[in-house]
Amino acid sequence: MTGLVLSGVTRDFPEPTARHVLRGIDLTIARGEFVSLVGPSGTGKTTLLRIIAGLDGGYTGDIRWQGEGRPRLGVVFQEPRLVPWLGLLDNLLLVSGPDKIERARALLAEVELAGNEDALPSQLSGGMQRRAALARALLVEPDFLMLDEPLISLDAALAERMRRLLNTYWRQRRTTTLLVTHNLAEAAELSTRILILSPSEGRIAADCGLPPPSPRSHNDQAVSAVLEDLRRITHGWPRPEDQQTRGEPGAFSRAG
Amino acid sequence: MNRPATSLLAGTRSIRWGAGWNRLISALALLALWQGAASAIADPALLPSPLATLQAGHAELMRGELIFHVAVTLARVAVAFALAMLIGSAIGILLGRSAMLDQIFNGWLVIGLNLPALVTMVLCYMWFGLTEVAATLAVTINKVPTVAAIVREGTKALDRALFEMTHVFNVTPGRVLLRVILPQLAPSLMAAARAGLALTWKIVLVVELLGRPNGVGFQIRTFFNFFDIASILAYSLAFIGAVIAIEAFLLQPIDRRLGRWRRA
Ligand SMILES: Nc1ncnc2c1ncn2[C@@H]1O[C@H](COP(=O)(O)OP(=O)(O)OP(=O)(O)O)[C@@H](O)[C@H]1O
Ligand SMILES: [Mg+2]
Repeated sequence: MTGLVLSGVTRDFPEPTARHVLRGIDLTIARGEFVSLVGPSGTGKTTLLRIIAGLDGGYTGDIRWQGEGRPRLGVVFQEPRLVPWLGLLDNLLLVSGPDKIERARALLAEVELAGNEDALPSQLSGGMQRRAALARALLVEPDFLMLDEPLISLDAALAERMRRLLNTYWRQRRTTTLLVTHNLAEAAELSTRILILSPSEGRIAADCGLPPPSPRSHNDQAVSAVLEDLRRITHGWPRPEDQQTRGEPGAFSRAG
Repeated sequence: MNRPATSLLAGTRSIRWGAGWNRLISALALLALWQGAASAIADPALLPSPLATLQAGHAELMRGELIFHVAVTLARVAVAFALAMLIGSAIGILLGRSAMLDQIFNGWLVIGLNLPALVTMVLCYMWFGLTEVAATLAVTINKVPTVAAIVREGTKALDRALFEMTHVFNVTPGRVLLRVILPQLAPSLMAAARAGLALTWKIVLVVELLGRPNGVGFQIRTFFNFFDIASILAYSLAFIGAVIAIEAFLLQPIDRRLGRWRRA
């Protein structure tokens, strides 16, 4: 578990995008928090994750980890990023080392990929690859977990089961987690805190705490009050094109 | 249901047979051409017939010389080739991964690529004497830039997204090399091996001719002094045979295995 302090993090991209993607982001994520980052497509959510992960050095501002040394990161990228010529189990063992084989098998089973240990990524569907990437991130027992839309392209029932898995994992270990999602309901179900990144301004438009999520639904009273607020804030924002939740409640504007 | 399959198979087989026949006819034509030229010149000292060449080769074989010298040359090729592949690949990966190193050493590489093989050989012999080390060094130095250049291009084309993944997960460098870099580099390494080997064969003979007391190159110089063209041809053919055998039984199987690894 590790906390994180961002101060004044700003990221401009040069021409042709020539945009202030992030502008002076001040943000503290305390150890053990489960933070969801919500915002329309192209607002800089992935950019922020990449900066935190140390993959984008082109920012100004300051990032400080709380805790000793470099934290162990677990990342689910927006794309699965599995090694194409390694089977699923080998893909997992690549990041953990061979001695974690039992845990790797167990995690593959937990994301419902048992029996696919030797399958190559190209032999799996997009949703299966994504779940393998989730198992990989959990396998390293990270101090800080970053998830970039990990449940997209899963059907509603499967996404629900994966949310339960994430929730259980967090309740057992209190791993500090930063989740990017387009789905407010998903954010509400999992997080202790929801951040809304505003479109075109590159800043955090809303920052609301929630009671800690035991298994709960988005019909909880306290939660639905917060959701109501957030929906008002995000009302009229562009619906993300890649919204894949298909009729699940809680996208930016209420379905129907 | 079976008939079309059978006829299809028969068709394939006839094509294969055709290819085999074509190769056989082509080889026989070459032999006939040789024989014709030898008959026309009618001077066995200047151009011996295929049969005379075979006899010369047989005599060398019986004396135990042919096998010994071909083996010595193959051993030199193997050592220089392995060294050059190892050093060249390491340099190529470093230059491909670091833009700064590439800028600094690109000029050196260009010089290395254009350095005439003969110059390295002569210099090595002059600096280190007519020794095995000098010979090996000369061949290795000649081949390293070629390997490095090919591997560098392959390294530049490596998948950045996978490196980002191994970076955030803090994967150990050894594991990254073995499981992420080398599988992607396999085609480049294979191309480098091919190009390098073709070069090494030829250079090793000259190195032997210039300053070694054994090997195919040394034998060719000896027979040159005796104006023994039949023996020179016999050694050349034996050597070509060895090269083709290594290509067919070593390189091609490796290539196929790497291909499967990549596609996997
Ligand atoms: N390498 C880059 N060069 C130039 N512009 C970039 C680069 N990466 C991102 N951008 C720009 O930054 C903006 C934010 O991109 P980012 O990927 O962070 O969005 P996002 O919030 O993750 O969107 P989505 O929900 O679609 O994944 C986009 O407008 C994009 O054009
Ligand atoms: Mg994104």
